[in-house]
Amino acid sequence: MLDWFSEISTPLLILGGMALAFGALLGFAAVRFKVEGDPLVEQVDALLPQTQCGQCGYPGCRPYAEAIVHGEKINKCPPGGQSTINALANLLDVEPMPLDAEHGEEKETKMVAFIREAECIGCTKCIQACPVDAIVGAAKYMHTVISDECTGCDLCVEPCPVDCIEMVPLETPLQGWHPEKPPEGIELIASDRRQLSKRSAA
Amino acid sequence: MSLMRATSPHARAGDSTAKVMLQVAAATLPGVLALVIYFGIGVLINIALCSITALACEAAIVKLRQRPVAFYLKDCSAFVTALLLGIALPPYCPWWLPVIGASTAIVLAKHLYGGMGYNPFNPAMVGYVVLLISFPVDMTRWVGPAEIINGAPGIDEALSLVFGFGGYNVDGFTRATPLDIVRLNESVLLSQLYATEPVLDQGTVAGLGWEAANFGFLIGGLFLLFRRVITWHAPVAMLGTLTLMSLLFYDSGSSLSEGSPMLHLFSGATMLGAFFIITDPVSGATSNKGRLTFGAGVGLLVYIIRAWGSYPDAVAFAVLLMNFAAPTIDNYTLPRTYGHKSARRATDLEER
Amino acid sequence: MSSEQQQLRRESALERRAAREAQLIASDQKRQKARALRPNDFPGGVYPPENKHQSTGEPIGSIPLAEQLVVPLLQHTGSTAIPLVKLGETVLKGQKIAEADGLISCSLHAPTSGKVVAIEPAAVPHPSGLPADCITIDADGEDRWCELQPCEDFRRFTPVELLEKIRDCGISGMGGAGFPTAVKLDPHGGVEIDTLIINGTECEPYITADDMLMRERAEEIIAGVEIISYILDEPERVLIGIEDNKPEAIAAMRAAAEGTRFDIVVFPTKYPSGGEKQLIQILTGREVPNKGLPANVGIVCQNVGTARAVYRAVRFGEPLISRVTTVVGKALERQRNIEVPIGTPIKHILKAHGAHRGLMQKVIIGGPMMGYTIDDTSAPVIKTTNCLLVPTVEELPPAPPAQACIRCGFCAEACPASLLPQQLYWYARADDHEKLQAYNLFDCIECGCCSYVCPSSIPLVQYYRAAKGDIRTAEQEKEKADRARERFEFRKLRMERAEKEKQAKREARRKAAELARRQREESGGAEAEAAQKEADLVAAALARVKAKQASPEQQLARAQRSLTSAEGRVERLQQKLEAAEEKQRDQLAAQLKAAELKLQEARQKLAEAERQAETAAEAGRESTPGQDDPQARAQSAIEKAKAAAAARAAMSPAEKLAGEIDALKARVEKARARLEKACSAGDANVEAFEKALQNLQQKLEAKLREQKQAGEEKQ
Repeated sequence: MLDWFSEISTPLLILGGMALAFGALLGFAAVRFKVEGDPLVEQVDALLPQTQCGQCGYPGCRPYAEAIVHGEKINKCPPGGQSTINALANLLDVEPMPLDAEHGEEKETKMVAFIREAECIGCTKCIQACPVDAIVGAAKYMHTVISDECTGCDLCVEPCPVDCIEMVPLETPLQGWHPEKPPEGIELIASDRRQLSKRSAA
Repeated sequence: MSLMRATSPHARAGDSTAKVMLQVAAATLPGVLALVIYFGIGVLINIALCSITALACEAAIVKLRQRPVAFYLKDCSAFVTALLLGIALPPYCPWWLPVIGASTAIVLAKHLYGGMGYNPFNPAMVGYVVLLISFPVDMTRWVGPAEIINGAPGIDEALSLVFGFGGYNVDGFTRATPLDIVRLNESVLLSQLYATEPVLDQGTVAGLGWEAANFGFLIGGLFLLFRRVITWHAPVAMLGTLTLMSLLFYDSGSSLSEGSPMLHLFSGATMLGAFFIITDPVSGATSNKGRLTFGAGVGLLVYIIRAWGSYPDAVAFAVLLMNFAAPTIDNYTLPRTYGHKSARRATDLEER
Repeated sequence: MSSEQQQLRRESALERRAAREAQLIASDQKRQKARALRPNDFPGGVYPPENKHQSTGEPIGSIPLAEQLVVPLLQHTGSTAIPLVKLGETVLKGQKIAEADGLISCSLHAPTSGKVVAIEPAAVPHPSGLPADCITIDADGEDRWCELQPCEDFRRFTPVELLEKIRDCGISGMGGAGFPTAVKLDPHGGVEIDTLIINGTECEPYITADDMLMRERAEEIIAGVEIISYILDEPERVLIGIEDNKPEAIAAMRAAAEGTRFDIVVFPTKYPSGGEKQLIQILTGREVPNKGLPANVGIVCQNVGTARAVYRAVRFGEPLISRVTTVVGKALERQRNIEVPIGTPIKHILKAHGAHRGLMQKVIIGGPMMGYTIDDTSAPVIKTTNCLLVPTVEELPPAPPAQACIRCGFCAEACPASLLPQQLYWYARADDHEKLQAYNLFDCIECGCCSYVCPSSIPLVQYYRAAKGDIRTAEQEKEKADRARERFEFRKLRMERAEKEKQAKREARRKAAELARRQREESGGAEAEAAQKEADLVAAALARVKAKQASPEQQLARAQRSLTSAEGRVERLQQKLEAAEEKQRDQLAAQLKAAELKLQEARQKLAEAERQAETAAEAGRESTPGQDDPQARAQSAIEKAKAAAAARAAMSPAEKLAGEIDALKARVEKARARLEKACSAGDANVEAFEKALQNLQQKLEAKLREQKQAGEEKQ
């Protein structure tokens, strides 16, 4: 009787003790070495282009980031384009999808707003519309765009009563220029090449 | 007049991949010559069979992948793979061995991984190991040196052996290799063994024929070093480690000795492996420090498998095992860049 | 032996011993110095064919002045200079025509006398081939100097004054990147500058500009080195490094440096020993720290050409308006070095040297290892143009197609920075920015050794340049995005605060009203009823506001209601108008107009509401089936997106145009309405509105014309 008990009890004790010890160790490690990760919203927000243009249907990038975390689709950001979608898909571990055309098209060149200052009547409507305070001016005085701060969101064009705001392509200065990657040559595998030709045709 | 746009540098050294490959091929000549002198023309038949199969496979696959065939065959890499496999295979083995080996090397080990430059494993060694595991009997039958078996097989004999007609049996020509002899010995002192076994007795240090072939490959390797096609790091590390290990377990030539350093250095595929196999840049380590580690690992594994494993020679296994380790070695052996206090790891930024 | 003699002997023995000791010390010092001066080696490097003999056969020559000189406002990294001259202004040779903007910028001077005919973008020597702002001067042929301020003895000035002088003369590095010299000579590395290095290496094949300069102007160079050394507070060592393939230059420099404390160090030829970092390693064994400057290890490095420019600037007051340039290549009839004014168009130089049009396949600015090609030969010579290389196809054949990388490691052997080019190539192709930085991409000096030796002829350096640019751009974009985010958040905060303040005010007013009401109630119940009414009104307004935020269906209904009422009003007004008498007619007409406008607005609103209601309904419909199945939802989204993309792709340009026209029409309509309203209200901005309307109409007309044209073309 006792034999049987001791035979069972020793391994039980050992295993139980080990379980307890490792459990305590793991618990301790979890508390002691806790990684303070960015909350998911922050991470998503960091990937969005911060144009604050509202083309996604949310009033700014952060609200859209919050919506994405709560299950909104990731393909509603035209300024970010496919690269942003891919980055989001990578972060959230979902399949990347094409840009939702309902919200606009991905623009090839970066644009900034430009106010034809002679025509400006100083109505401040564009100032109110600008999500990043990139337009300076006062009532009855001419306004102008701080092009370094302009995100190219388009939001100021519509409210202008005299239609003196236009979007102009952002010039690349000589200093900012850099060569492009050499074209992929002979090394392409057949399927890549088909994709490439499709892309260049589009 | 339209001027051409091009990025610098506008001058080039004029080396080409094909030239590099052909130099490697040329460097095998002394070793192959020694093999022919001591073991007959079997090795040439192997090389021919392997080359034809490899080039045909390469052409077919490149065609399948819809790329210019001539452009890819021109780089001669398939030929070098075939050449090394052909040298490694036992002479006078049946014709389907080289064919299977070469096609495995090209299709499986090279092109399924993305082709030239993308293969994680040495194609020739993959081909060899696939054969060794699948057909162990055929793969371990080495003919003896010509002087011992009273003349190597002639052309007609060789062809009939390879293509299996005329009723010849290869068993009539095969002998145990020096490594086999020493590994299986458990009863006599090494000096007695050297006196009794004809292969060892007629050779100087590591068996008749074998030492000459290894010496040939050593010469070829030195040529490659001289031509700066390879660096000294991997071969020196491998040979050094092998010497060190065999010294440690030499046991002053007792009956349980695993063989002298000279035996290990100049027998089996040691020199071929050291200068032609582990210097394959695609599947090896990248930096010089990494090559040292890589070579040392191969040397260690070669000795371990030779001494205590169940295969007589081990270069192929050792190389493949170290191919597995190459990315990890690369991660830890980045050179110190100009202006940096110390070398860093490739995954530095991700781990931070 | 007298004591005197003994004394003498003792003294002479002492003297001898002292002399011997002095000799020993001297020889020890010499040995130490020799040890210190023994050049080190750097890892890697290549030995391309030197090709220096072609252009050293003749002394430095000159060519006739070009008719027009083009001076780019930016000739180096840094900020663009600000023009000081106006169009049509006459300038004298050496007159300052543009002022440096900020620290890392260089002022510019007229290379000859003449008239400013253009300040506008023009072709410049830059790898991008993009135009940049330039000042174009029509030479009058007189080459008249402006007044200069020579100076016999530079030691009368303080180093700060000399630096000012150098800055004023627009001197920038003449070897490589063209960094402003005054900035380099005023180091803030936190370490005492103990070594001045003068770079006479010129390791690039073909280029002999510095070589010829050292042969012919060695005195000027040494005089410049004296000035630089004085500015740097006489560093302990002044080393002039020259490769051993220029024996004539070494002899000339040795002769010129006779009697100075400057050491000429000769070391074996190897590319890229002329790179600043590599030269420092060769001469001192020190390494410039990563992300640091030579000044961080107590070193300042200057090119021989720069030293000469410094001398001429200080001694004669001459600004940097000309330089020695090598003109070389088999496509030329005459290959030599020339001293040429900055701004001379390259085609003018090529013409003067008999460039063969058929043989000329590319024009390289700089050497074959690091130079870049230009496709517009009207670009001018700038301060950094040390070589014009015009090779034939046989001389420098174009690169064969790239093959796969076999990781042979030749590139790693050749890399002077001990990088692993093969790995960098791998990650550059995959755009793996993190890994690229882990493999120290930014320590690459783009010398081209890796591409030079690559047996697969992969354009490795181009991959690195592109990757560096991509990483920099990504960083800038990230910075900009962060700023935008900050500004957006701040704005939101501000709006919230303003809203809160408004609410607080409203609350205060409400409380005041309450108080007043209560007081009134207390004073008499008669007004209670009125107060009640007021409260009702507020409630009604609140309800209205709420309704505004109501569902699309409700909005639709409301829009319909307002539409009918507006229609009714218009009808009534029309009837009234017909029935009205003459004098009331004008007034009524205006009222009618306003009503019509309202009607239009109501129609628009209705349309919008309908659309919204529709989309809401659609969304409702769509969201029901796929709710529990994300897979299906994603699938449907993909389908939708695909369909949309297909529709977009299928949309012909004509349709797109039509859409644009519709949008423009709507905007014209709106602008017209706004104008009318402004007119009737007597707004001060009527003119602006009129102009806007005109603008829009013009745009619309242009689009309509385009459409018409397209239509015609189709037919």
